[in-house]
Amino acid sequence: MTLRFDLTPLLPTAFAPRTEPLNKLMRFGAWAGYRTALCYGDTEMEYAAIRNTAMLYDLCPMTKYRISGVEAEDYLQRLMLRHLRKHSVGGVQYSLWCDDAGKVLDDGTLFRLGPQEFLLFCQERHMPWLLDSAMGFDVRVEDQTTDLAGLSLQGPLAATILAKAGLEVSSLKPFRLTHLPLGAGQVMISRTGFTGDLGYELWVTPDHALTLWDRLIEAGAAYGLRPAGSDALNIARIEAGFLIATLDFIPAHHALREHRARSPFELGFGWMVDFDKGPFTGRRALLRERETGSRWARVGLDIPGNVAAEGALLYHLRKHEVGHVTSAVWSPITKSSIALAEVQARHARGHDVWVEIYAERELQYAKLMLPVTAVERPFFNPARKRATPPERF
Amino acid sequence: MPMPSSEVIVIGSGPNGLACATRLAQKGAKVTLLDSLSTPGGGASPREFAPGFTTSLAHLTRGIDARVAKGMNLERHGLSFQTLQTTLLGANPITVSRGKTSSQDTEYARLHDRLTHFARVLAPFRALPPPRLGKGNDWLTLSRLGLGIRALGKTEFRELLRMLLINAADVAEDDLTDTRLQGFLAFEATLGSWLGPRSPNSLILLLNHLAIGPDPLAPKGGMQALAAAMAKAAVAAGVTIRQNAKVTRILTKDDRATGVQLTDGETLTAQAVVSTLHPGLTLRTLVGPRALDAGLYTRAGHIHSRGGTASLTLALKALPKLDNPGNRLIIAPSVTAVENAFNPVKYGQVPDAPVLEAYIPTTLDPRTDSHHILTANVQFAPHAPENPDQARAQMLENTLRVLETHIPGLRALILHQDLLMPQDVATLYGNPGGNWHHAELAVEQMLFLRPLRDLSQYQTPLDGLWLAGAGSHPGGGITGSSGWNAAEAMERTL
Repeated sequence: MTLRFDLTPLLPTAFAPRTEPLNKLMRFGAWAGYRTALCYGDTEMEYAAIRNTAMLYDLCPMTKYRISGVEAEDYLQRLMLRHLRKHSVGGVQYSLWCDDAGKVLDDGTLFRLGPQEFLLFCQERHMPWLLDSAMGFDVRVEDQTTDLAGLSLQGPLAATILAKAGLEVSSLKPFRLTHLPLGAGQVMISRTGFTGDLGYELWVTPDHALTLWDRLIEAGAAYGLRPAGSDALNIARIEAGFLIATLDFIPAHHALREHRARSPFELGFGWMVDFDKGPFTGRRALLRERETGSRWARVGLDIPGNVAAEGALLYHLRKHEVGHVTSAVWSPITKSSIALAEVQARHARGHDVWVEIYAERELQYAKLMLPVTAVERPFFNPARKRATPPERF
Repeated sequence: MPMPSSEVIVIGSGPNGLACATRLAQKGAKVTLLDSLSTPGGGASPREFAPGFTTSLAHLTRGIDARVAKGMNLERHGLSFQTLQTTLLGANPITVSRGKTSSQDTEYARLHDRLTHFARVLAPFRALPPPRLGKGNDWLTLSRLGLGIRALGKTEFRELLRMLLINAADVAEDDLTDTRLQGFLAFEATLGSWLGPRSPNSLILLLNHLAIGPDPLAPKGGMQALAAAMAKAAVAAGVTIRQNAKVTRILTKDDRATGVQLTDGETLTAQAVVSTLHPGLTLRTLVGPRALDAGLYTRAGHIHSRGGTASLTLALKALPKLDNPGNRLIIAPSVTAVENAFNPVKYGQVPDAPVLEAYIPTTLDPRTDSHHILTANVQFAPHAPENPDQARAQMLENTLRVLETHIPGLRALILHQDLLMPQDVATLYGNPGGNWHHAELAVEQMLFLRPLRDLSQYQTPLDGLWLAGAGSHPGGGITGSSGWNAAEAMERTL
């Protein structure tokens, strides 16, 4: 299918025949040219499903690239930050990639389908860069965004519901994937997600999308499964400490201003950078940054009180601006106001850093200046996320 | 690094390679110079185009860089030049020597004076690494040069700024009335480029020619003698020259260039590798994508390298009838004629009436058999014709027709004829696109943008890999400047 944004400003996804009638508020948002639900009716209930039962989330607009060929591994070694040495067939690797200046272009998950076959899932579109990077390599890069329809099934009961739906994945470890038959087709299931909870992502060709939806909704009916929108997911992903391209960082190719792009060190992904794996794009720049130091640091903040600090500025000694909050929420599960923030690197430990919040209380604003505490991410990290096999209900 | 007893490999034995290798050897480095051709000299090396007849790709120069000539002691190694006058052929030919014309054109004299003046204050930039936007400049030297430009005086400084990025046609038509001289200026500006006289920024190329030297020069003994003298100087400095040694790969390890591999599989290791080949070819073909960042690798493939000049050589039974057969001969009757010769190449087509610069080197160095050789740079030749062989034949025919019109009886004297189109130059000399300067000389690829912004200091991201060819600042033209600049830059990193 050819995307014609000029003709159809926002496209329906493969699940639209089911998701749209369920959306009581008709609250949709734009996501990579598609319309997907922000909220079906009650964000709190949808969030509660993520943490207590299970939720179903439409992933279709994710950008997907199939990368295959004799030199696919060499190609990805040069493209991505992480080493592919331990990335075996059937595995999923979360990784970032950078431009020559060592600034992050995007993050994504790399599914290894075979020794020479990969699927890259990411937020933004990157075909020109992926093709530029492919010059000189025996590799094929194809955009498969419209060829796969996806659902995210997340929550403590996710494995139970899958089993009930005839999709037994209890032996699947985190960051592994498997293929199971689904009617006349098959479904690719990976134990991955964006909630920091037990969860799976399921991919089928669009013609099997509604079969998959119906099967899961039916199996989950008795388990409190409910479709959730992006608003609910956003609460969960902040609790999990995940960053979103364009919200929490500006992909280098989007940045219009010279100093807006960020390095992996500055986003807290220094652990990914494998300088020993051989040359990769950005390596030289990142080596220099490792020597000279980074300008920014990414921190998780615990903020007193119960007001979310969205868009708030951070001050040192209540006076000097040293950073800002990129995502914040009142976290229902930790019962605290949490935030993902960017601060000048020397303030990464959060000593005497204050957040300025304009709290709206019945159309009157109170200006709060609150001391922050830098805390470990994820803010919420349940054991059930990792338990294999997952607990059965 | 070229520390005493260290090993440096220089790829390409053209004037830049020879200059660079010699300078490095003089500073104590053990230098091996590798070249794929059978004789040193690159564009100046001899090529037998017909049995018993030898020519070279370059046929004239505006002078070897003074630093190179002095540093290599080229005079002692047998190099001397004959200064040439220029004859503009046509119904009423005129002879030009610097600002003086046989027609005693005062407008031309004035314009030539002014441009020469501009060229003189800009010339020192050729002998420097390009200034950077940001840190790391030799501010003292730069401010001295800046003052030099300012010392032109307010009026002339303003004129320089007005004219620096103008096109050659506008200047020719504003300041001259004689169409023959207008055509000459348009031709001189665009010689060796992929620009027409009406293309933006074409005048700066004329300033560049004038900055190299005021006169066209013919080496005594031919271009081969220039190549031989430079090679002799290199050997005298301790450079080991290996011809017929084509490099197929630059070897890298841990972000360093470690040596090269030759066609026969032989590998040579070195602490530094200097390539005087086309920068895109060096990075993309010889280094390859794995050792380079994707962005740089991509941009290295986008360096404009279109050749627009064909090289014609004729073996003649006798000297054609000319008033001054030893002069440089120009056929470029008007600005429009030059522009019209450029237009078709944009569409891969051959111009009906090419413009050209010809020279008969055998007037200076007579052959024993009293035969003669005529060489010519013919413009414009399409860099990407649909049918290369057909285009070559057509280009040859159109060129001979133009020559015959201006030098009646020439065709009857021809024993052998040979025309190299840009694609032939690329094949023979290994510069993709076949441009004289490897990377086209044009404002967007000059100074700190030459060949690319992050390669402009002769250094590449790979430690120990340097660029020193015509693709680097200040460009080609049988001067040795880029090679010398690169060697100096290498010394500074010690």
